[in-house]
Amino acid sequence: MKKTMITLTTALVVLIFSGAVVAGAVESLRGEQPLTENAKEPAKKQALVVKGGIERSYKQQPPVIPHAIDKDEINLKVNTCLNCHSEKTFEAKKAPKVGDSHFIDRDGKVLKTISSRRYFCEQCHAPQLNADPLVVNNFEGVK
Amino acid sequence: MTSGEKRGTFGVLVVGVVLGIALWGGFNWTLDLTNTEQFCISCHEMEATPYNELQETVHFTNRTGVRATCPDCHVPRPWIYKIVRKIKASNELYHHFVTGEVDTPEKFESNRMELAQHVWKAMKETDSRECRNCHKFQSMDLEKQQSRAADAHDPYYWQAVDGNEPTYTCIDCHKGIAHSLPEGFDPTWNSPGEG
Repeated sequence: MKKTMITLTTALVVLIFSGAVVAGAVESLRGEQPLTENAKEPAKKQALVVKGGIERSYKQQPPVIPHAIDKDEINLKVNTCLNCHSEKTFEAKKAPKVGDSHFIDRDGKVLKTISSRRYFCEQCHAPQLNADPLVVNNFEGVK
Repeated sequence: MTSGEKRGTFGVLVVGVVLGIALWGGFNWTLDLTNTEQFCISCHEMEATPYNELQETVHFTNRTGVRATCPDCHVPRPWIYKIVRKIKASNELYHHFVTGEVDTPEKFESNRMELAQHVWKAMKETDSRECRNCHKFQSMDLEKQQSRAADAHDPYYWQAVDGNEPTYTCIDCHKGIAHSLPEGFDPTWNSPGEG
């Protein structure tokens, strides 16, 4: 019994250590870099600007943002996205209007202005960079 | 005229010229001194809020490193308008030293709408003169602008051709580009003509 225990413990210790050695060699998305070093800095990317917008991949996908938003501001006081996308200005600015679903509050009431739960645009809508995917991806949107 | 009288006249002239240079030069030197960003932000009201916000915007941080300082946008360049603005600034000193109306960021925030509207009104009245010190329609390359901007800057868009003056001016669409917009800003205020 005692012998078996010792053998098992030794095997376990060996396993753990060899596991650690193997883990050190695993290539992750950050490349074959030791964890103790900083990742290589990725190349700088500009925000993608696409006239007419980027097509959705599936019906209920929040549309992605086809322009830079680094100078836009969303806080308690103002939301500069609404300068163009609000129900009052979208026609003049030739911008897509905020979706109708965004005017409904959690009780199902239709509001005149955007519901506060839909106020923070970037929670769902993201700007795009012209970056290659890190891993090969054959995803095709629903047509 | 005796030679003594001549000398006297000459002396007065020399003293006058020297005094003139000293006083006028000194006046302009002081005026220029008050026309620097360092002077503006020597008041904590200006440093804590407007200057802080400016640093986030394209008028402070950008690709080429060209930047605008406070007086570039807020003090007229033509001499007479500059003097008028400088005299009006005494009102700002009054509020700084006496009423302390905006001496905390919270107080500044509660007055922001009124303050912003003063600036928008002034810029509308002067046809955005200070913007145009740097931004000139003649020098805009519409090809290099994004399509939406190019459309809006095209003189034909405003029917501003054949000698017609454009109805709108920079500030009509470009409010809140160098400082935060006030709470309660209606987006139609940046969309003239259609709103």
